[in-house]
Amino acid sequence: MSTILPRLGALGAAIALGLAAALGAGPALADITVDVNQAAVQPLPIAIAPFGGEAQGAQISAVVSADLERSGLFRPLEPATFRQRPDVGVVPSFDAWKAIAAQALLVGNVATGADGRLSVDFRLWDVYAGDQLVGTRLTATPDSWRTIAHQIADAVYKKLTGETGYFDTRVVFVAESGPKTKKVTRLVVMDQDGANPYYLPTDPTAMVFAPRFSTRRQEITYMALRPTGASIYLKNLDTGREEVLGRFPNMTMAMAPRFSPDDSKVAFAAEEHGATNIYVMNLANQSLKRLTDGLAVDTSPSFSPDGGQIVFNSDRGGTPELYVMNADGSGVHRISFGAGRYTAPVWSPDSKLIAFVKQQGQSFSVGVMAPDGSGERVLTTSYFADEPTWAPNGRVIMFERKMGDGASRLWTVDVTGHIQREAPYPVSGSDPAWSPLLH
Amino acid sequence: MRLGFKTLGDIAVAAMAGAALTACASHPPPPPAAPIGPPPHEGGPPPSSGYEGGPPGAVSRGPLPGTEQDFVINIGDRVYFDFDAATIREDAGPILSAQAGWLSHYPDVRVRIEGNCDERGTREYNFALGARRADAVRDFLVAHGIAAGRITTISYGKEQPIDPGQDEAAWAKNRNAHTAIVQGAR
Repeated sequence: MSTILPRLGALGAAIALGLAAALGAGPALADITVDVNQAAVQPLPIAIAPFGGEAQGAQISAVVSADLERSGLFRPLEPATFRQRPDVGVVPSFDAWKAIAAQALLVGNVATGADGRLSVDFRLWDVYAGDQLVGTRLTATPDSWRTIAHQIADAVYKKLTGETGYFDTRVVFVAESGPKTKKVTRLVVMDQDGANPYYLPTDPTAMVFAPRFSTRRQEITYMALRPTGASIYLKNLDTGREEVLGRFPNMTMAMAPRFSPDDSKVAFAAEEHGATNIYVMNLANQSLKRLTDGLAVDTSPSFSPDGGQIVFNSDRGGTPELYVMNADGSGVHRISFGAGRYTAPVWSPDSKLIAFVKQQGQSFSVGVMAPDGSGERVLTTSYFADEPTWAPNGRVIMFERKMGDGASRLWTVDVTGHIQREAPYPVSGSDPAWSPLLH
Repeated sequence: MRLGFKTLGDIAVAAMAGAALTACASHPPPPPAAPIGPPPHEGGPPPSSGYEGGPPGAVSRGPLPGTEQDFVINIGDRVYFDFDAATIREDAGPILSAQAGWLSHYPDVRVRIEGNCDERGTREYNFALGARRADAVRDFLVAHGIAAGRITTISYGKEQPIDPGQDEAAWAKNRNAHTAIVQGAR
């Protein structure tokens, strides 16, 4: 789907030392870089010229601009201030972009091929160095123009931050409606920027919770709650086909499902006679293995990215804390020791951190700690927070927040805690799960 | 509505009033339960343990013995818990004893114990906590002679509050186990 465009001419490789110093950049991947680990990031001024060619051009560049802006790492400049309308096939006049203090410039063009597919050429320029940083052609069907836009945003993000992007992703979550005492829940899938939301049909007699994406398949797992019990389902997003995950005659409640990183298993919690324990089901042969034992609450299992360990929530010590065990149930050890009640742990995709919710007094925080429990940091605190979920690059966490007005909303916070945004979804949402990168 | 709770609101109103009446009769008050609407029952005080039939007195009005309304109003179908606890409280014991007495009197009745939590906790933990509450009530009823086969349990976590408020009074009400009659009432 993508081809690398040839570099335009031999531009001087002058390094904008002053610029890099001003940005406090670490090892430079490009002459201009955004340091995502800096305490308070100064967003990088970037000019995103409205893409030329077909009508979708301006729409595509607008989506790229919105993605980059929402990350908090970029400051797209107002197109009305642009002094030229650059052609993707021509080297830009960099002085015109320096004049508006743009440090990076994105230009693009959209054409329709003989086969009816959109063909999008784009180039990312380092304005001060006069260097082409990216030059790529993407093709797709016309109705996939937003996907192309997210992929371009991912390419820009990757080139300028050195980190993999997360814009070509989706989120599955629970849309809540009705009064609190008679809440109706439905599953919704949307693009990470809130576009293309659609309901996933589920049994209307059940309340549905805890939707989670599989890593590689177009599939989710979720929990359906009925007066007769709680069950875990697998649902294919392409075909809509779904199946109940096993039959557990003695378990009233099966809950908190999550795929293993290789999608071969689902870990979940099941309740029997008041005790909740963690199980893993092998999806190929439906074999079930019990990983924890005892009368305590053990729930919310989440695999490490290598599949070797599981972090979970347990109140075996009297209050809810975080524990890590090997994927076979051995080696259980507690990792949370601070004040407050720790729940909802989720291992980051880059394996370096565990996100969690911490309840202290009348406030709820989303925080992170290393898998050995060290380096605990609170990222954000509010009246209520729950269900953190990681963007696939491990830089951003989406979570459910209540500000006190009773309605749950989806928010994002980056791992520095400095960049917080309400997710662009118009109505009440909870229980989000971020997909892996789609392409 | 989901989960077949068409009458949840009505039952909740009756339950709060019933619990208040029962409380006045014999034991410490349940959590701050401001009566919602007029009491639906004008009979004498209900029995606090065991069950000997309908309300006393030669002339009385009230639900017919053995009906769901009888259970809800004269016995009390909900008991309350402390924060993050599933221990049967002192004020819940008499209500559950009365439930056991009533269920012994009407052996065809089957019940579902529904565990509930307040909203000051995370979702997945609360599902497990609610299950623990439901199981504590189940154990109590079984220990008081009710066949385990007549009882099922479920946890609604914090997803089915009876009081939408955002204060301790509401949360205290929402930390409960509800004994729902699913079959066999008259």
